[in-house]
Amino acid sequence: MKRKKSTTIFIHLFLIISVFLVSFPIIYAFMVSTLNINEVYSSPPKLQLGNNLINNYQEAWQRSNMGKLLFNSAFISIVTAVGKIALSISAAFVYFGNFPGKNILFIMILITHMLPLPIRIVPTYQLMDNLGWLDTYYALTIPFFASATGVLLFRQFYMTVPESLLEASLIDGITPLRFLWSILIPLSKSNIVALFTIEFIWVWNQYLWPLVTTNSARVRVVQIGLKMLIPSDAQPEWNVIMAALIIGVIPPLLVYLTLQKSLVEGFAMQQDK
Amino acid sequence: MNSKFAKKYRYLAYLLIAPSIIIVTTFLIYPSLQSLYLSFFRSTPFGNRIIYVGFQNFQRLLTSPAYWNSLTRSIVFTAVTVFISIASALILAVVTNKKIKGAKIYKSLLIWPFAFSFAFSGIIWGVLMHPNVGIMSYYIQVLTTFEFNWINNGTAAFILIIIASSWRMLGYNFIFFIAALQNVSPELLEAADIDGASPVTKFWRITFPLISPITFFLLIMNTLQVFFLTFGVVDVLTQGGPARATDIVTYKLFRDAFLSMRTGYASAQSIILFVFVAVITIIQFKYAGEKVFYQ
Repeated sequence: MKRKKSTTIFIHLFLIISVFLVSFPIIYAFMVSTLNINEVYSSPPKLQLGNNLINNYQEAWQRSNMGKLLFNSAFISIVTAVGKIALSISAAFVYFGNFPGKNILFIMILITHMLPLPIRIVPTYQLMDNLGWLDTYYALTIPFFASATGVLLFRQFYMTVPESLLEASLIDGITPLRFLWSILIPLSKSNIVALFTIEFIWVWNQYLWPLVTTNSARVRVVQIGLKMLIPSDAQPEWNVIMAALIIGVIPPLLVYLTLQKSLVEGFAMQQDK
Repeated sequence: MNSKFAKKYRYLAYLLIAPSIIIVTTFLIYPSLQSLYLSFFRSTPFGNRIIYVGFQNFQRLLTSPAYWNSLTRSIVFTAVTVFISIASALILAVVTNKKIKGAKIYKSLLIWPFAFSFAFSGIIWGVLMHPNVGIMSYYIQVLTTFEFNWINNGTAAFILIIIASSWRMLGYNFIFFIAALQNVSPELLEAADIDGASPVTKFWRITFPLISPITFFLLIMNTLQVFFLTFGVVDVLTQGGPARATDIVTYKLFRDAFLSMRTGYASAQSIILFVFVAVITIIQFKYAGEKVFYQ
């Protein structure tokens, strides 16, 4: 069936306007990051590129100690994503077995969905304090290693693996662990990639937990570093802040763009809390 | 299930699931139970001792106008944000799913808010709508003479956090809808075309029923996310103000727990929030069962 030409034009028009509306805030943020401070506060507000791009980005980098922020955020995001994937893969593998308490253990993992951070923030904070984990990478990574999403995702995938494949392997003398490592993991590559993307962006963008558990520049992450650029008592230098923001969103954007395809394909999952 | 595997490798099964169980128990289940415990106590002003007070914390909360304000605002904020972001993501996903040139480019350009955090989204929209520097607030004023001043005006601030959160959620929902629409067979839609069905009929009779499981799933996930994870938007922009207009439950909880150090009072709030999650979870299982996870 062929569409009428006018309909096609209308669809394009609609999408162009939508894309503009959705993207405009980002374009605007970039424009502000190129202005000088007088242009930022001029009236009427300017919608243009300025000449202060390099200055602003240098200033943003130095003032926020951006190198360290980026390292910290990248480090905790990668460690948490990898930890979650490893734990989910092995926990979900138990699906193949049949042993007492299997269901209750699965339910214990799935229950994490019902316990988002605000429900346990005070005791978890106290626990970090008791463990001496405040202001360390431990607090930012280890408590997040368990993932109901991940376990569900991999279990769902394992369900599609014919049982005869496992049986045949066992008869051939292949151990279950070997089966997991050499057969299942390579087969679930697209799931792994999807989970990595989601978790990386998720951890990168976390805000409340780093806010309460970290204090020193040593472990400060991008989100908190950016907030600290906004003074509460003076006029904020929005151009410098926007420059820092643009730098801070590049890593999750890159991760997302490189993995976009597999994400859309392997995407049958939800976000954790 | 394979019994040979089960018996011979039972120890292995426990070993493999153990790390997840340890993490879940230590950092999720145990602290949650402690929240419940603490909600019956009040801490002394120096925070060195706790005193049992029974249901006093709950009583205080549920009779406190400030808490009801926080609760109602959170619910309205969540409902409006979820509606806006799901509806617009669905419309955009259906339209970009049509066979048109450049569909891929449109898709990529609609997804990217997903990479931004709620805090970043808050900062960008805060500047766009800023009473002194924002281009959008400026033109709103020029065109409608309405002064959108989120720094002084509670309603404006409330609208601002809705917009910033919806924008961020749009990208998230769009990805799911795109993925779901790939499973709607084009043949079915073409057959409907031949029968002369209008686009609106096709959407409501074919596409929507096929993607309703994911829509329901998104409704649940969005509700939880917007309710619990939008803390960043408020913290970077309004800190609950002006005049508590944006004092959403997570922000109030944070203030009481970490700024006023009222751990018992804050824990009681955690428990009330848990009731909220429990209700959502029951709805989820009642109407969709496990299917909602697996689609």
